[in-house]
Amino acid sequence: MSKRQKRFEVLADRAVNNDGFIKEWLDVGLVAMESPNDPKPSIKVEGGKVVELDGKSRDEFDMIDIWIADHVIDASVAEEAMALDSLKVARMLADINVPRSEIVRLSVGMTPAKYVDVLKKMNVVELMMAMQKLRPRRTPSNQAHVTNVKDHAPLLAADAAEASLRGFAEIETTVGVGRYAPMNALSLLVGGQVGRPGVLAQCAVEEALELTMGMRGLTHYAETVSVYGTEQVFVDGDDTPWSKAFLGSSYASRGIKMRFTSGTGSEVQMGYAEGKSMLYLEIRCVMVTKGAGVQGLQNGSISCVGVPGAVPSGVRAMLAENVAAVLNDLEVASGNDQTFTHSATRNCARMLMQFLPGTDFIFSGYSAVPNYDNMFAGSTHDSDDYDDMLVLQRDLQVDMSLRPVAEEDVIAVRNKGARALQAVFEELGLPAITDEEVEAATYAHGSKDMPDRNVTEDLRAIDDMMKRGTTGLDVVKALAKHGFEDVAESVLSMLKGKVSGDYLHTSAIFDENFNVIAAVNDLNDYEGPGTGYRLSGERWDLLKDIPQAISPELEKDESIAPVAFKKIGDAKPGTDKNEVVIGLPPAYGTVMTKTIIDIPHHQVLKEIMAGIEEEGLKSRLIIVNKTADVAFISHEAAKLSGSGIGIGTLCRGTTVIHQKDLMPLQNLELFPQSPLVELETFRAIGRNAAKYAKGESPTPVTVRNDPMARPKYQGFAALLHNTETQYVKPGTPSTEVTL
Amino acid sequence: MTTKALDPKDFPLAEKRPELVKSASGLSLADITLDKVKAGDISFDDVKIRPETLEFQAQIAEGIGRPHLAANMRRAAEMTSIPDARLLEMYDALRPYRRTKQELLEMASELESKYQAKICAEFVREAAEVYEKRGRLRT
Repeated sequence: MSKRQKRFEVLADRAVNNDGFIKEWLDVGLVAMESPNDPKPSIKVEGGKVVELDGKSRDEFDMIDIWIADHVIDASVAEEAMALDSLKVARMLADINVPRSEIVRLSVGMTPAKYVDVLKKMNVVELMMAMQKLRPRRTPSNQAHVTNVKDHAPLLAADAAEASLRGFAEIETTVGVGRYAPMNALSLLVGGQVGRPGVLAQCAVEEALELTMGMRGLTHYAETVSVYGTEQVFVDGDDTPWSKAFLGSSYASRGIKMRFTSGTGSEVQMGYAEGKSMLYLEIRCVMVTKGAGVQGLQNGSISCVGVPGAVPSGVRAMLAENVAAVLNDLEVASGNDQTFTHSATRNCARMLMQFLPGTDFIFSGYSAVPNYDNMFAGSTHDSDDYDDMLVLQRDLQVDMSLRPVAEEDVIAVRNKGARALQAVFEELGLPAITDEEVEAATYAHGSKDMPDRNVTEDLRAIDDMMKRGTTGLDVVKALAKHGFEDVAESVLSMLKGKVSGDYLHTSAIFDENFNVIAAVNDLNDYEGPGTGYRLSGERWDLLKDIPQAISPELEKDESIAPVAFKKIGDAKPGTDKNEVVIGLPPAYGTVMTKTIIDIPHHQVLKEIMAGIEEEGLKSRLIIVNKTADVAFISHEAAKLSGSGIGIGTLCRGTTVIHQKDLMPLQNLELFPQSPLVELETFRAIGRNAAKYAKGESPTPVTVRNDPMARPKYQGFAALLHNTETQYVKPGTPSTEVTL
Repeated sequence: MTTKALDPKDFPLAEKRPELVKSASGLSLADITLDKVKAGDISFDDVKIRPETLEFQAQIAEGIGRPHLAANMRRAAEMTSIPDARLLEMYDALRPYRRTKQELLEMASELESKYQAKICAEFVREAAEVYEKRGRLRT
């Protein structure tokens, strides 16, 4: 176009237009939830065996069909569940009157195509209602990513400690350099217990190494065990449902919690989607997981999020796949763990889908480090977003499992986490962590603030450590020997958790006393208003108390001198045509001493009076005792003024120029937004009032326009206004004062 | 040993039925203390899960309507006696194109005879059949 429309030029530069969007391409499966190539739901059971699944007979089954037929579907409910109209099932999911247990009972009788047929009938609000009811654990929780580009161990320990203190129940690391894995795992193992005892830690790396670290007691759980929705992609991922299920049992055999990982978009990304919708293929992953008997699943697109994110209804599909997981009675760690957009608006909207209903882990990796240090390629939200999240919890009264923290407490746990790891390194013969590194890790924003470590030395020492067969028990001993008895006790308690196996159950986490909270003793019992998890009581008191909130008991600013008023007596009507009367509320200059933007009251008065004087007129001051309403204060001043012109100004700075013959709620000039009334404005107000008194028609005083004044100050203005209102004495005449 | 199956009321075992929880070496949870670790009296075998515990957990899983999870726990119970390194090899053997059908069947026999892992053995035999049908065996 030769000439651009200016609004379109601005829109073109918006963050959202850096995202990639593509139109649907049905033949290859670039479609989120509904493809004409998705099979029609069907099932046939003969002699207790599934012989037909979604239009395919048993001899046409691929590996995944066989797995689903033989390891997932409960033939005893299949015919009942499949006979139900999909719309009816969709309505049951959203209906508070149908209990979770009934839905879960039927879910094992449904085929993948049936799941799609049900879920595609639900909008996002209905899907959220289903999630609220169906997530297995009653209490929602959250998981964090703790990584950095340098694989810097003391920084990892400090970040793990902070993440735990802030409320994450699980923390997950991975590596920049693969061989660093055991050291990163060790850093989280120690740091995590410093921030909050009972936090579960993992290190996501290649399958065999990940299991080895778990077997040694260096991690508490595993998650990055990927499953796929088509046979070809599964095999390209170098696994089968049988190998992955065997791996799942291997973890349980060592008492280690684990869940699988999948997500929409991976199959089409790898080029073998068979023209099926992303949701259909993802549901096959969910069912592979169910059949493996693994307790949970991380899904919500995860690392292929840019694919569903680019097509219509893709963000809805991500929520639908989360719902498919909980519908299968699986723990869900529901995504939100990968950067998927340039737009903060889109980012937040995507996250609300899981945050509002609550899931077992709302983020399967909130970045507890700045995103530049996030080795999972960045999360939707990072450590710089903490305060936003705390405010969202407070705004909506919804629990994201994050708690407000004091800076000094964060400094303390970061320091202790790094020092505890320093002791463990010394004892295990790993390259020393210096005091300078501990100090830097304590105060760091990210790895940019850290000195480099000697990578070659670190890697050599890690290889030695793994050859020596170091275990979690050696870590306990090292901590105890160096005086970190409490941390040692916590690391040991987590090892004991593997002995009892309680945390192998669905949606299990530990509280700070090492009690297991799982979807057994904390099973979701949501059945509509008044039931299920409610953010209330002590927990709500904790979450609503963010440090930024101003208390109603205002602290007096002692640095500002009060205004020294001298009382003359009851205010009388003036007769001098050359006067302007200034009316003030009772708390002015004494109980309160400055405006909302910190201009001292004595300066305000000086400026108004100077403005009046510039025009050759005199001012007279009155305190209006009976009201704190600026309209009535200024009108009272005008009525007592010999010229008939009065000014009323409130403690926070709201000001009116009034004339005695006008109605109280009319005015000559009104300055309603106190944060925009600056020092020079007051002088101009004084000048204009004097001009009105002389019978002139001055140009009204100009005031800035700032749409952000309201979010910044309006709540505070209400607080100030209610404070000054408490000093009003109704029925008391006004008092004349001088300075 | 109890004869009646456990149920969700027994959960968590560590708290509700501590008398049932023993480590692989036979220690109870109360026996595993920091003082003993410091004195060198606790080995890594003392903090490993044993098959009986996994069977109890499987019963609890069944009691709350999770037969798939229970089946996983029962496979796991059998795997407790397989050493770490061998277990990792077995996992690798089940990956696509790693073994011939005969080799997988031999692994199943090993599971059965050497580790009394009957469920796992059956699972591997089933995999061998499927891999053969789908052309995912080593040739």
